[in-house]
Amino acid sequence: MTDDRFVHLERVGVTFGTGKTRTEALTPTDLAIKRGDFVALVGPSGCGKSTILKLISELLKPSTGNIFFGGRELGAKPLRVGMAFQSASLLPWMTVRDNVMLPLKIVPPFKKDYRAERHRAFRDRADALLAQVGLEDFADKSPWQLSGGMMQRANLCRALIHDPDLLLLDEPFGALDQFTREELWQTLQDLWIDRGSTVILVTHDLREAAYLANRICVMSPRPGRIVEDRAVDFVRPRAIDITFEPEFARLVQDLRRLIVGAPKPPKADAA
Amino acid sequence: MTPAMRKFASAALIVGVFVFWELFCLVAGISELILPRPTRILAAFWEYAPAIWPHAWQTLYTTLVGFVCGVAIGLSLGVLIGSSRLAYDTAYPLLVGISSIPKVAVVPIFVLWFGAGTVPAILTAMIICIFPIVVNVATGIATVEPELEDVMRSLKASKWEILWNVGLPRSMPYFFASLKVAITLSFVGSVIAETVASNKGVGNMMMIASSSFNVPLVFSGLMVLAVMGVSLYALFSLIERRMAGWAMRKSN
Repeated sequence: MTDDRFVHLERVGVTFGTGKTRTEALTPTDLAIKRGDFVALVGPSGCGKSTILKLISELLKPSTGNIFFGGRELGAKPLRVGMAFQSASLLPWMTVRDNVMLPLKIVPPFKKDYRAERHRAFRDRADALLAQVGLEDFADKSPWQLSGGMMQRANLCRALIHDPDLLLLDEPFGALDQFTREELWQTLQDLWIDRGSTVILVTHDLREAAYLANRICVMSPRPGRIVEDRAVDFVRPRAIDITFEPEFARLVQDLRRLIVGAPKPPKADAA
Repeated sequence: MTPAMRKFASAALIVGVFVFWELFCLVAGISELILPRPTRILAAFWEYAPAIWPHAWQTLYTTLVGFVCGVAIGLSLGVLIGSSRLAYDTAYPLLVGISSIPKVAVVPIFVLWFGAGTVPAILTAMIICIFPIVVNVATGIATVEPELEDVMRSLKASKWEILWNVGLPRSMPYFFASLKVAITLSFVGSVIAETVASNKGVGNMMMIASSSFNVPLVFSGLMVLAVMGVSLYALFSLIERRMAGWAMRKSN
């Protein structure tokens, strides 16, 4: 039972301000996420996708409703979260490896062993993860010596090093070029298959959502609510070639219609 | 231009200025009472060196003590103001007000409180260098990228942990850059105080020399101040490069 509702939002709504300046960012929403699932949230700009991530990571308090985690109310039990955003925001004064180890310095139970293990077990742990994303030769480099794609790989490592119960990704590949992005989709898929963590991915990119997720929640324009909840059952591991399959194209087209409406026919006098 | 050539060019400019100065005074026949030649200044320095040393030490001492106190206060205020919105909004107007007072104007007050001599010089050197440090450190801490702060907060990092792991290291380049400004300002502070109210220090020595029309000695005092100022500036540049070199993106 609790595994079906690993993360459970119950009539959760968010409003900012009061009186005339009151804006509703998220209309009361229900959402239950299974343990180990890979869920993508898609929708137009400002629809409250990122708001949902912030609610689950406790960066934001809901105005109404409750959030439960593993059957318990959020806050009752420390929830171990890994987060990654569009900007990799690695710390420029540290090596890539030290950046990846940063959560171990802060999150219990690793925190208390950090001093003793930073040159031994934790270091190996970081190196293993970096090797998994192909950055084994860059552990001792400074972040600014990395390309944008490499920085995002390191960013993913930092979000995963402390074995989070929940991985929250907010447009992590938004600033990358098409080829790098597709490469990182595969990296992320591999990491997810390997670790089985629960992932919630916020994205603008419908192909990204369709390629990566098991389940896609489509949100309406602000004030956001979930208008469509769709399972995606392409076989894992998915090769990048599936993005050219008609079935995949149809799914992306459906999602697109839900968000921006039916495409208008091109103007006849264009020719 | 290669780096070696650039270094040579700037050295050549400095030497050139002095050569021009020397030649200009010789050709135009300028009186030593107005503008002594660089060679005369050096000669005066040599002649009066035993008398200059104690003054130079005094100035260096008051400057450094004032500077160290200023750094301690500036750094703590900067951390406080930078890490708390409330402290920022509350204290900033007062700080701007204090910093806009010309520091020469407070020397008489220090003299009134502590008597003429070392203490007013130290205090002037101190208050004059606090402001740039506070502003720089506060800026460094307050401008931590919101996404980075979100990453830290999602890890349940405490305010203190965010400050220690992100805010403080991030503000270090700002801090060291402000130290270079602050040390030069401290010199201004201590020399002003010595000029107004002290019987020791290079500022005081220059006052006495000028009242007896020993112009080459006045300029020697200036030279001593310049040398001390430049050396300390260079020292802090070096420390900056060691401590916050990551901000300069050198690839070695």
